[in-house]
Amino acid sequence: MSAAIGRPRSVDFDVARIRRDFPILNEQVNGKPLVYLDSAASSQRPRAVIEAIDNYYEHDHANVHRGVHTLSQRATDAYEGARETVRGFINARSTREIIYVRGTTEAINLVAQSYARPLLQPGDEILISALEHHANIVPWQIVCGQTGAQLKVIPISQTGEVDFAAFERLIGPRTRLLALAHISNALGTIVPVERFIARAKELKIPVLLDGAQAVPHSIVDVQALDCDFYCFSAHKMVGPTGIGVLYGRESLLEAMPPWQGGGDMILSVTFEKTTYNQLPWKFEAGTPDIAGAIGMAAGIRYLQGIGMERIAAYEHELLEYATARLSAIPGLRIIGTSPHKAAVVSFTMAGIHPHDIGTILDTEGVAVRTGHHCAMPVMDFFKVPATARASLSFYNTFEEIDRLVAALEHARKLLG
Amino acid sequence: MDLKDLYRDVIVDHNRHPRNFGKLDPADAHADGFNPLCGDRLTVYVNLDGENIEEAKFEGSGCAISVASASLLTEAVKGKSRAEVRELFDEVHAVLTQHDANVDPSRLGKLAALSGVREFPARVKCASLCWHTLNAALDRATAPVTTE
Repeated sequence: MSAAIGRPRSVDFDVARIRRDFPILNEQVNGKPLVYLDSAASSQRPRAVIEAIDNYYEHDHANVHRGVHTLSQRATDAYEGARETVRGFINARSTREIIYVRGTTEAINLVAQSYARPLLQPGDEILISALEHHANIVPWQIVCGQTGAQLKVIPISQTGEVDFAAFERLIGPRTRLLALAHISNALGTIVPVERFIARAKELKIPVLLDGAQAVPHSIVDVQALDCDFYCFSAHKMVGPTGIGVLYGRESLLEAMPPWQGGGDMILSVTFEKTTYNQLPWKFEAGTPDIAGAIGMAAGIRYLQGIGMERIAAYEHELLEYATARLSAIPGLRIIGTSPHKAAVVSFTMAGIHPHDIGTILDTEGVAVRTGHHCAMPVMDFFKVPATARASLSFYNTFEEIDRLVAALEHARKLLG
Repeated sequence: MDLKDLYRDVIVDHNRHPRNFGKLDPADAHADGFNPLCGDRLTVYVNLDGENIEEAKFEGSGCAISVASASLLTEAVKGKSRAEVRELFDEVHAVLTQHDANVDPSRLGKLAALSGVREFPARVKCASLCWHTLNAALDRATAPVTTE
């Protein structure tokens, strides 16, 4: 089988060198070399990120925006410097538009509670699609419950693409916000968000993009996209867990009330009146994840050092090879077959539940995600209880895809 | 960890050919079980003759471990009293979760095949879902139970 499907050779992509940057890739799992194919759930970290965090705690740590002493100044410089790195990475106009949050989920919740909630009236509508992660569904359900607004859902096709014609019918005078995934975590679909944004802009409807899966794998330019909010997490892009970013258009952020109160988000406090801090700190109550921000920036610099275009090109080769090899396995069905996909292959196997696939692969050292991928409505749409999902990253190799295929053949022999 | 220990022949057989699979209609009691982690869903039906389980069936979908465990359960509990079923549940639970639990095939019968599950902690919930669901049915609970 492998002879029939030739491995593409990326001459200009030295994956062996890149792999040496990731200490965890040397792990043995169940006596076999780890094959980590779960980067869409959380990526691994290069030494540069781990060392940046260590270095910060060993040399620079103090609270930020507080003291006149040297360490506080160093910590503040590193923390705010990281914000500039993030700004450059997504090409925001200003660091005032870069809000540190815990992750994509918190970013969306912030927008739901601080932007949407004060605005929504009974009968207003929030528009999402049927391929959203729960993080881009539940915050809107909550705010709809609080305000009497309605959640409208754009259907998807059997290939896993958001139905543009249906979108045009659903968007209308009551739509207050369009919230879309940039790339589907469960299916890998790259949503052509530019078309959706262009239509929403004609109607002056703001757009939020869930970029959790897009930022690690492609160039994201929020000005070129012309979106109003963009949300992502550091841990899916070789950075630490517990930190992410809400990008917001400055004029919208200015008009939004703070969503949490506390230290750092104020200019002055009396018992009669509190004056809130400026952007971006207005939305950052309490001591922030300083080390997280520094680690995230180190991750971004690492990705930029390789180049997002080269990462995207190599991952596309991995995707094409994985799709061809997996398609050749009898009884294997790929869920999500859009021609425009990120390096995610969700699949089922005839007669073998995804949970069993996950266990069998694990004994071979191969880590994949199994389950509903926090996208239960997607599973319902394809009438499957769950899928197995191999998600590929630039540190994966063609040989690892061969290991996946061999392990799947083993599963088929055992249970198929 | 040896896969053959988890997917023993009895498990593979009961997954491919689940026994007592289907709806019991009418049923004296039934309950739904759901494992949100992996999407396993099943319904367990029982007919009672006084304190004894006269008949037990199940339907639903799930992984090999949950389907085989449910199939084995329906065979094992038939004809047993509620008290005997509770005792059996305690024994099965111990075998699934405790490394030093004694596996007594004379008491457990084919259920002993589930003892390999304890080497795979992520799969214990798959094997125990049907038992929790049966308990819920016996308690006449109609609310879905969950392993979470």
